[in-house]
Amino acid sequence: MLTKRIIPCLDVKDGRVVKGVHFLNLRDAGDPVELGARYSDEGADELVFLDITATIRSHKTIVELIEKVAENVFIPFTVGGGIQTVYQIDTLLRSGAEKVSVNTAAVENPNIIAEAAQRFGNQCIVLAIDARRAKDQPGKWQVCVKAGTEPTEIDAVEWAAKAEKLGAGEILLTSMDADGTKAGYDIELTRVVSDAVNIPVIASGGAGKLEHLYDAIVDGGADAVLMASITHFGNYTIKQMKEYLASRGISVNL
Amino acid sequence: MIVVIDYNVGNVKSVCNAFSHIGCRVKLSCEAADIENALGLVLPGVAAFGYAVRTLGSLAELIKNAALSGKPLLGICVGYQMLFDQSTEYGLHNGLGLVHGNVVALPAGRRIPHMGWNLVKLPEDMDLFAGVGRERHFYFAHSFYAKVKDNRAKSAHTDYGFYMPAAVQKGNIYGTQFHPEKSGKTGLKVLRNFYEICKGQTL
Repeated sequence: MLTKRIIPCLDVKDGRVVKGVHFLNLRDAGDPVELGARYSDEGADELVFLDITATIRSHKTIVELIEKVAENVFIPFTVGGGIQTVYQIDTLLRSGAEKVSVNTAAVENPNIIAEAAQRFGNQCIVLAIDARRAKDQPGKWQVCVKAGTEPTEIDAVEWAAKAEKLGAGEILLTSMDADGTKAGYDIELTRVVSDAVNIPVIASGGAGKLEHLYDAIVDGGADAVLMASITHFGNYTIKQMKEYLASRGISVNL
Repeated sequence: MIVVIDYNVGNVKSVCNAFSHIGCRVKLSCEAADIENALGLVLPGVAAFGYAVRTLGSLAELIKNAALSGKPLLGICVGYQMLFDQSTEYGLHNGLGLVHGNVVALPAGRRIPHMGWNLVKLPEDMDLFAGVGRERHFYFAHSFYAKVKDNRAKSAHTDYGFYMPAAVQKGNIYGTQFHPEKSGKTGLKVLRNFYEICKGQTL
């Protein structure tokens, strides 16, 4: 049986890992090469690297950094942040990434998902969705783009389903409301998206306690849980998270 | 030296990084001379099958001949799928035909792609898995799988709601649907085994 995955996330700005709250108030969390090697060694199931510098000129810098990180990472490695073109996806996959995540570019041009999936295979195209609870519309979430700064009229659940049809292989679902709060994942959001698609869903945003991981998997239906603050700042090790989930009957790769 | 076939698809770098990490000399190349002189060949691949086969082009014959002449060959993921006769991913495409079988979509009724770590039962008689244990988790990321129809091939399996082939071995030809280069320490051990097999060939 497929195990549930524990995925530390490196948000990288100007070459450093940072972590904020609701995408703001960033705090330094270390060197991406060192942290990547550490998580690979400690038994993380995957690593996500999101470039939040996201300026047009940063692509070459990111490729160089990805090459360095990949030298010591022997677990799957997803790279995202500011990806605009199939060419960029190609260069990232060639620098050591297994998967790339697209967000804003896919909203602006959904066809990039289909184009990239046909060339590289569905399994390496991750659609990242930054979702925010819609005001005055309970049970609805709106997709935000440009690192969460621009809300759109797109419904997160519909977008996830559409992306699956276009060829996305996985959904990286971040709740902007929960991000960095350590108050738990947005379970309701995770559940509706997870039920709407047949591709794996990674729950992201809000992990603070071990129970939160369990809740996202069991109540939210997530295939994987992503976290940043609670691992970078030493609250829990990867092993502690896995042992906890295993003790509650979740299948993990210990 | 191990030669990782460079044919312009993703993930070639990861495979090289993993071999370097275990202290193996590795070269990323698409040159005929390198392929001929290599101790062993690795055919990696993160790509759609059709794209991978087209991109491989005339290298296919070189690799096939090297494998048929006894040089150890390890196919990984789409590189593994290409060892078989054909695939139905985005059209019908021919593979290398080194191992009989065909590559088809994973059956509906489960999450697709099959993405993540799954437990693989490792038969004792596959030397690729010597000293690894009888079952271990490996990392998978694929939407198609190979139906092995070759009675001269040994295979390892995993459970994804059905009994799915996860690795194959036919003489000097090896393949894994999973990614050993991305399966942590266990995966590195499998690559080390392949390196030992390659070195053993020349003794």
